[in-house]
Amino acid sequence: MLTAQDLNLSQASKPAFTPEDVQLDITLEQLKRLVSPRAFTGETMLLNMGPQHPSTHGVLRLLLELDGETIVNCIPDIGYLHTGIEKTAESKPFIKAIPLTDRTDYLAPMSNNLAFCGAVEKLVGIEVPLRAQYLRVILMELTRMNSHLVWLGTHALDIGAMSVFLYAMREREMILDVYEAVSGARMMSSYIRPGGLWRDVPNSFYDLVRKILDVFPARLLEYEKLLTHNPMWKDRTVGVGKISAEDAIAWGLTGPSLRGSGVNYDVRKAQPYSSYDHFDFSVPLGSNGDVYDRFMCRMEEFHQSLKIIRQALDRLPPGPVMTDDRKVAPPPKHEIAYSMESLIHHFKLWTEGFRAPEGEVYFAVESGKGEYGVLISGDGSPKPRRVHFRAPSFYNLQALPQMSQGYLIADLVGIIGSIDIVLGDVDR
Amino acid sequence: MNEQTDLAQTLRTALAGVVQEVVVFRGEVTLVVPRERVIEALTHLRDVQRFEMLTDETCVDYYPREPRFGILYQLYSLSRNLRVRVKVMLSEHDPIMPTACGVYRNANWAEREIYDLFGIHFDGHPDLRRILLPADYQGHPLRRDVPVKVEENAFTFNRARIDAQKPYAAE
Repeated sequence: MLTAQDLNLSQASKPAFTPEDVQLDITLEQLKRLVSPRAFTGETMLLNMGPQHPSTHGVLRLLLELDGETIVNCIPDIGYLHTGIEKTAESKPFIKAIPLTDRTDYLAPMSNNLAFCGAVEKLVGIEVPLRAQYLRVILMELTRMNSHLVWLGTHALDIGAMSVFLYAMREREMILDVYEAVSGARMMSSYIRPGGLWRDVPNSFYDLVRKILDVFPARLLEYEKLLTHNPMWKDRTVGVGKISAEDAIAWGLTGPSLRGSGVNYDVRKAQPYSSYDHFDFSVPLGSNGDVYDRFMCRMEEFHQSLKIIRQALDRLPPGPVMTDDRKVAPPPKHEIAYSMESLIHHFKLWTEGFRAPEGEVYFAVESGKGEYGVLISGDGSPKPRRVHFRAPSFYNLQALPQMSQGYLIADLVGIIGSIDIVLGDVDR
Repeated sequence: MNEQTDLAQTLRTALAGVVQEVVVFRGEVTLVVPRERVIEALTHLRDVQRFEMLTDETCVDYYPREPRFGILYQLYSLSRNLRVRVKVMLSEHDPIMPTACGVYRNANWAEREIYDLFGIHFDGHPDLRRILLPADYQGHPLRRDVPVKVEENAFTFNRARIDAQKPYAAE
């Protein structure tokens, strides 16, 4: 008769896998620190998930250690979308680096534009006209809604609610129309420039935004009917992927992932930029730090975004949208025809760019995903010495192993969805 | 502005002997700390000064200056709503740092990224591997002496065959 002891012996004599099998370019010693000893006896199973898995929101790869269906360890493997944006930005004058920032978090291009331009403005010392600041706020909130809509659609899709995705994409279309009206591009806008905006908004802008303000409240109600009080949705999200406030802070989580745990930190409130302190809005907080609370935070942020847009649109002041400092802002086209000085400025700006002083600045905005910071080190030349993007997805993803430990593999897709990562942002 | 000068003053006295220099630029406070005492400084900032969160950790290459690398820790205090930056200068010939993973957990990936892109070794790091680039990648691309756009393309695996069929290609 076969005893349990025999079974153990036979398992111990034949290792379940070799380090080459996990495809992480890892040595046995390094792997031992990442997975539990039970993996080496075959008691738990190592399973690969991604990078082509539809619910990993891009090209995230996870190596999972499973005990039955329960996750023992989760080892993220990133870098599949690394495009060297930080290195490329070093070789370009500040203005020409803006299109690169669109491509980090490609679902929230305007937030990235603002973070970069804000850092340049801080480094060089540029004042931005009030109209441009208000328009930036409107666009920032539209961008947050854009980012949240894609999150909502894909998150629901992962968990099995197909129809929400279609609705979310329908609403996102209205926001992309605004992008198109202001910048000519539907996704890679590059609309925000150091010193203000590329140009003033066209007349159609007001109607397009008003339409969003009119249509959205009813649509949000639809989502809430579909998900918020849906018992099946609650079964899948309440109490799943919990993280305590202390852990969330220690992992450096930001955005709704942090606020879902009840920590009140929003860059818009804590360190207001672009006149955010002129507007009245609240920061929704969760309490349990689970998938449902993070979901609820983002759902409530839709309402707050609409509130901010409404205020900013009503109080939008007239005036220029670009600083009149010709050293950083291109002169209007008509001026070039008669002003020699404008022609020189135009020529200098587009061939050489403007110079930034020696020193480092850090400027952060609250993007849809969390604190999006840009660190620029200037060296006195028109090109930065170093540009670093503090990507919220990069730091938020780092907490995924802790959030997912002890939950079922079916919950993992919900947890990934709830931290709202974009791999372009993680890998840069 | 006053808030920053106050903070600079407080930290200068609180960390006397540890901080080499306090720089205030554009309203941001940067503490320059020697490598040997950076963990002590970070622990003090976290526990006593209540900078609970490591927002970001990164590296700046000041090539061709010496010391060449600057490791920057961007800290944020939730309870005091303040930011401070800690900076450690490293020589090109000795690019080794003590890891901050023991003080701030999320330094883990940030340090892996610095190791990957700048080639700075972190002593005591629990999982020091390349994070963004493939493990067989040669060099550290974010160093300033690595030029842009001259990377050898990845189709070199069949060089022997090319040489055999087209000997003139090797010239």
